[in-house]
Amino acid sequence: MTRGVVITGVGAVTPLGVGARTLHERWSAGTSGLEDGEGACTEFDPTIAMTSKEARRADRFSQLAVAACAEALEEAGWDDDGPYPSERIGCVLGTGIGGIGTLEANHAKLLESGPGSVSPLAVPLMMGNAGAAALSMRHRLCGPVYGLVSACAAGAHAIGDAARLVRSGDADAMVAGGSEATLSPLARAAFSALDALSPTGVSRPFDARRDGFVMGEGAGVLVLEEAEQAEARGATVLGEVLGYAATSDAHHITAPDPAGTGAAAAIGGALADAGLQAGDVDYVNAHGTSTPLNDRSETAALKAALGERANEIPVSSTKSAIGHLLGAAGAVEAVATLLALRDAVAPPTLGYEEPDEGMDLDYVPGSARPLDVNGRPPVAISNAFGFGGHNAVLCLGAAA
Amino acid sequence: MSTDTATPEQVEKVVYDALVEIGPERDQLHRDATFEELDVDSLDLAEVSQVVEEHFGVQLKGDDVSQIRTVGDAVDLVVNRAK
Repeated sequence: MTRGVVITGVGAVTPLGVGARTLHERWSAGTSGLEDGEGACTEFDPTIAMTSKEARRADRFSQLAVAACAEALEEAGWDDDGPYPSERIGCVLGTGIGGIGTLEANHAKLLESGPGSVSPLAVPLMMGNAGAAALSMRHRLCGPVYGLVSACAAGAHAIGDAARLVRSGDADAMVAGGSEATLSPLARAAFSALDALSPTGVSRPFDARRDGFVMGEGAGVLVLEEAEQAEARGATVLGEVLGYAATSDAHHITAPDPAGTGAAAAIGGALADAGLQAGDVDYVNAHGTSTPLNDRSETAALKAALGERANEIPVSSTKSAIGHLLGAAGAVEAVATLLALRDAVAPPTLGYEEPDEGMDLDYVPGSARPLDVNGRPPVAISNAFGFGGHNAVLCLGAAA
Repeated sequence: MSTDTATPEQVEKVVYDALVEIGPERDQLHRDATFEELDVDSLDLAEVSQVVEEHFGVQLKGDDVSQIRTVGDAVDLVVNRAK
């Protein structure tokens, strides 16, 4: 008998503001959180969810995760102890880079004042698993807990892996998501050197004029619970992780396979994992980075995986409103996808105006649009692809 | 490396300032306050040790830190070590 995995809480801190509903409502209303070519969480104050001492013990990427997690657990109705034995609750938190701000600050101290000036907190703050460890300690999550690193696919990998842990019986509940805080001089310079960032500072996925991604920061966290136990405790179910698949291109360290073969395999795999067909998909939350290569190969992947259905359903990119949150993207976008499904709406791809040759899907230009679902709970695919050729795809469904 | 003189008063000031930077309120600090009640752990003490070394050139290692329980213990250890 298969154990189902339901979502009982979501939380997010994004350039559109603090809160998952804020993200959903502002994106759906066509609001952009981007300013001066970046997506900064300007409304975020770490002390909303932690003491100043705790904030001092956490890199910004962990602070963002703690705030998103607090929101998600509150929505799930968990008290301090959680509804299950602590060793049956785990956490997987994805990140692209981890505490790069801490690394940069301490490297500056090293160069300026020598090795003795480097903080004893440097390692515990910058390590890639610091966010997962912070959530574990704060909420006493004593089951499987680890950080997950797969560049811009990390948030989706984390949710998929966590769902598998619940499904397999290794855990009864998991806190899963992704977090990133890379608006730092080194990260900006490094991504610029790669020609990955938009020189115009505009995120317009799938548009013919797209010229690179706009970097953002933030975190998204979901509470996953085994379906029967969630029902038994009377939890409000928001939706379900129906399926998940992960593949790799083995093609190039930064460029996607132009044919989107690996991505298509992940989309098809997630649907098969859910026991669904292409015709069951009502909405695609695209990876949609606004880079010339991704958006073209993703379009090819969607056509290859979904066939004619790809032309019938809305495909939109959250990155048009908040930029690219790297290792947090897959998690924040899963949150956005779930809330879009609950409202049966496809939020728009902001800035999409000029079709590119051969890219002819319905990218939801202009404004949000109702999903055509005839009253049944809608289903979506949420894509996340990362440098290294990693593809992680989630199939999510709204609650019945 | 600084050459501050490690008088009890001077060490106390440096240690107190370092602790306030880390978390405790200044009015919580007195010689008999334990690090446990101040919620100051080994990582915090590693930071205090760094500040102390910077000011007085005194190195406190893991064994030293594991033996001190109160703020007064820390101040005395630094003063004695600097003699």
